[in-house]
Amino acid sequence: MSPILQGILTIIIGVGGCVGYFYLSNIILDRFVFPARKDDQGRNIARATAVRPWLFLMPAILALGLYLVYPVVGSFLRSLYNRSGDEFIGLGNYVQMFSEHGFRVALFNNFLWVLFVPAAATFFGLLVAQLTDRLRWGSIAKSLIFMPMAISFVGASLIWKFVYAVDPNIGIINAVRDYFGLAAIDPLQIPFWNNFFVMIIMVWMQTGFAMVILSAALRGIPEETIEAAILDGANPFQIFFRIKIPQIAGTIAVVWTTITFLTLKVFDIVYTMTGGNFDTEILPSYMMSYMFRDDGRATAVAFVIMLIVTPVMIYNIRQARKEL
Amino acid sequence: MDNIAGHKSSLSLVTNIAVLCLVVIWLIPTVGLLVSSFRDREQISETGWWAAMFPVESAERMRPEPEGVTQDGDYYVLEGNVFEAGSGSVSGFGLTGRDPGAAEVGQTYAWFEVEVTEEDGEIDDERIEIAYPADGEPEFPEATEDGLPITPGSAVLQRSLTVAENGDFSYVNDGEISRAPSLYVITKQPPDFGWQNYRQILTSDGMDRAFINTLTVTVPATVIPILIAAFAAYALAWMDFPGRGWLVAAVVGLLVVPLQLALVPMLTLHNQIGIGQSFLGIWLAHTGFGLPLAVYLLRNYMIGLPRDIIESAKVDGATDFQVFTKIVLPLSFPALASFAIFQFLWTWNDLLVAKVFLPSNSESWVMTVKIADDLLGSRGGDWGILAAAAFVSIAVPLVVFFAMQKYLVRGLLAGSVK
Repeated sequence: MSPILQGILTIIIGVGGCVGYFYLSNIILDRFVFPARKDDQGRNIARATAVRPWLFLMPAILALGLYLVYPVVGSFLRSLYNRSGDEFIGLGNYVQMFSEHGFRVALFNNFLWVLFVPAAATFFGLLVAQLTDRLRWGSIAKSLIFMPMAISFVGASLIWKFVYAVDPNIGIINAVRDYFGLAAIDPLQIPFWNNFFVMIIMVWMQTGFAMVILSAALRGIPEETIEAAILDGANPFQIFFRIKIPQIAGTIAVVWTTITFLTLKVFDIVYTMTGGNFDTEILPSYMMSYMFRDDGRATAVAFVIMLIVTPVMIYNIRQARKEL
Repeated sequence: MDNIAGHKSSLSLVTNIAVLCLVVIWLIPTVGLLVSSFRDREQISETGWWAAMFPVESAERMRPEPEGVTQDGDYYVLEGNVFEAGSGSVSGFGLTGRDPGAAEVGQTYAWFEVEVTEEDGEIDDERIEIAYPADGEPEFPEATEDGLPITPGSAVLQRSLTVAENGDFSYVNDGEISRAPSLYVITKQPPDFGWQNYRQILTSDGMDRAFINTLTVTVPATVIPILIAAFAAYALAWMDFPGRGWLVAAVVGLLVVPLQLALVPMLTLHNQIGIGQSFLGIWLAHTGFGLPLAVYLLRNYMIGLPRDIIESAKVDGATDFQVFTKIVLPLSFPALASFAIFQFLWTWNDLLVAKVFLPSNSESWVMTVKIADDLLGSRGGDWGILAAAAFVSIAVPLVVFFAMQKYLVRGLLAGSVK
């Protein structure tokens, strides 16, 4: 069967199944399980009301439990076994991993990514948000800077391969160097700094996200505070740094952490740009290099990423509980 | 605001220029890709995409076979066309690789031997190079480049070359022409834009199949989670039951679980229950991975709907199911659209999940896998093909992005500003 037909069939079965499930389960609940009849009408309505939320939630809870909760446990357990999965080796995978150069490089690079990408993306996002705030063509400018967000990491990497290409007739960096009579370089092979050339791609993509959120936050600042500052004789820079920034600090933190999480998950860019060569490996791409080869090692790396994420996850849950 | 205070900001011009610079920097890489995807392969390797609007000039060394040499007095003449096959346009020519464009078309370029007077008064022979109109006579300078006076009337032709724009040439030599002479011509090709790269990747390189596969993955993986999440979000927003708060908190927590964790256990599970690596598997996986954001976004939106409408409907005897389908769902359209765009972009652009949950044969490659695992390796240096492939893969998301930007922005704001 062709994948298209299969796809159409899945949509019909999937959507039909979902609608059917929700509709029929409600009817069954109301008519047959707890029918609202004369003698115990009140009690049955109350019972049906108590059960109904779980009918609504069931598919979501199942899918979430299976695809996101179970894997946390499943991955951890798998990471305690050897490559073929038949021998329990405790923390052997972790011990082995931490003693290897490749993993430490990936960990260090990941550290660089988490420091640099959110900081740079938030900085540029804030810059653009502020600069375009009162510009007549601001919305066009924002829309163009936002655009890379729609592009896949693979597509973006290819786009930047054109920028970094060694051939001065392809790569714009080497074209400029060529113009000034300098020899061509391969930015992706310069030790240490090649990480930053790869990170720039991520910054290029995420700046639009930061800009959109921060732009809305800037708009949300009460005008009176700014008017008062102007009357007091503050210059535009003082207004920006002393009045605006403190009022959107919370939003900046949200943007920062959101980009940090994304950065911890993205393997596509490194995979496409360097394949992890020249010491540019990060944890997600390091994990993928073991996927299909050594499940024990792969799950161990995944669990390390989970451990890095956990503190912020707990913080997020606390915040959410507070708001309820 | 600055205007209210009475002084127009002097930063206004600086701001405009700064934003313009940023926008240009942000756009340059994408424009380069777009331009390159339409260029001819030969031209891409000759000039950068930024020079794509100009004719491409390239110097070439021609070695015409010495066939049909005629004798003209003391000289031997070889005539022919520099373009052995096909046609082209010559803009300049010469006799040395050091200066391949010494003369323009329509001129004759010649080497003469002349007598010069050295500084110490001795007479010596020296070679001078002159370009002059093909139908005219050479005009000899009074002195060489070094400033040595030339004896008038002493010039003796050594060799000359005349090339017309269409490539017809005439080569004159003072000795017999037994070996192929080296002629240098600068050919000029007009900018060559076309669909040839696109035609090639879509017909012979299998990108068409990858495009359909991507579409096949994306649509069910976008539609199904929306439905499931909408019901769950309604329950979390408008139904009372014990443990609701904990469930919401759990969803918030699951938002950040790295999906790397799910790869090994879920693929193992898929293999055990017989789904294996298949489209069904990837639809299920995308559904699971997309749900936290879906539930979170939709719940945040639904909880902001006016309480009166929902409560009065319930008072009128509507069941939860009716309230949901008749009132909440239609009102939640903006949030549904936001999430749909997110999920669409995410699944369309995904590489990780596709690599793990789809079979790794070429019939099942989605576009991202096709580019990253196949084209970058097999066509690594073929920039035109790569650019066209990349653009095919990003065209649909870009259209969706620019058409639905309003909803995307709204969704981002609902998901982040809290």
